[in-house]
Amino acid sequence: MAILRVNPTRMELTRLKKRLKTAQRGHKLLKDKQDELMKKFIELVKKNKELRENVEKELTQAFKDFLIARAVMSSEVLEEAIMYPTQRISLELGTKNIMSVNSPIFKLVKQSSEDNAATMYPYGFASTSGELDSAIFSLQGVVEKLIELAQVEKTCQLMANEIEKTRRRVNALEYVMIPQLVETVKYITMKLDENERGNRVRLMKVKDMVQGQ
Amino acid sequence: MFMYKIGVIGDKDSILGFKALGISVFPTADYREAHKTVLKLAKDNYAVIFVTEQLAKDMDETFDTFKDQLTPALIMIPNNRGTLGLGIQGVKQSVEKAIGADILFGKEGR
Repeated sequence: MAILRVNPTRMELTRLKKRLKTAQRGHKLLKDKQDELMKKFIELVKKNKELRENVEKELTQAFKDFLIARAVMSSEVLEEAIMYPTQRISLELGTKNIMSVNSPIFKLVKQSSEDNAATMYPYGFASTSGELDSAIFSLQGVVEKLIELAQVEKTCQLMANEIEKTRRRVNALEYVMIPQLVETVKYITMKLDENERGNRVRLMKVKDMVQGQ
Repeated sequence: MFMYKIGVIGDKDSILGFKALGISVFPTADYREAHKTVLKLAKDNYAVIFVTEQLAKDMDETFDTFKDQLTPALIMIPNNRGTLGLGIQGVKQSVEKAIGADILFGKEGR
């Protein structure tokens, strides 16, 4: 491992030792963070997988229902029927901090455009088919799960990013920074010791010379 | 509290039903147009945008753009011809990215 290019002085040694201590402490903290993130991530991603499989199944079914509804009605009538929805769906956005990852929390808010809207169906029943009713009903059921899926999946993506970042940092500290610092500290200590010994030998020599006279 | 919106992008036949529920739909069959729509919606307080897999398969760039942002959350959904398996693929990718190996889907893959 290459050592840092520093002057082998006592001051430099103290400075490096301090840096090494900080690096080790940082490494430990990051490692703990990584472990905890990983634990949370695995939990979440399992949920994500299950949820996605469920939602995909249900959504495909809902789409099928809708396709049938479309087949039995002319598309003009269908489009006209659902042109003005009686409700609006919007989201409230909160954030949750999981191990320094800001993750979203979506909350579904349904607003009826009229106060006394009788049903969620935005059309009269005269010109539309029963298939459309059931198709919209099943879609309605899926939407809530879709939003939950969105929340979980986004959190997973953000956490995956954070884990990758943390892992890079941990590895950089563990395999580059810390060995480099240790090596350099050792180098400086050796150099200082060597100087010390050299000095002592010189002094002894000088003493001999002085006594010899 | 401030309200965010939900949008769905996909082929018209699949997503029209969402309109009845009061979700904004943006029918398109062209992924470039979908890309533009996503960018536009992202600026317009849409917190969740659902994109059908048929479109999403050509929209990697778009998805990468928003991957590390809190909103909007781009989520793939199947369309009325069934799923392409891209959504699950996405989950798999984030597992591989985070852990380095695929541990959830180990039985199916490889």
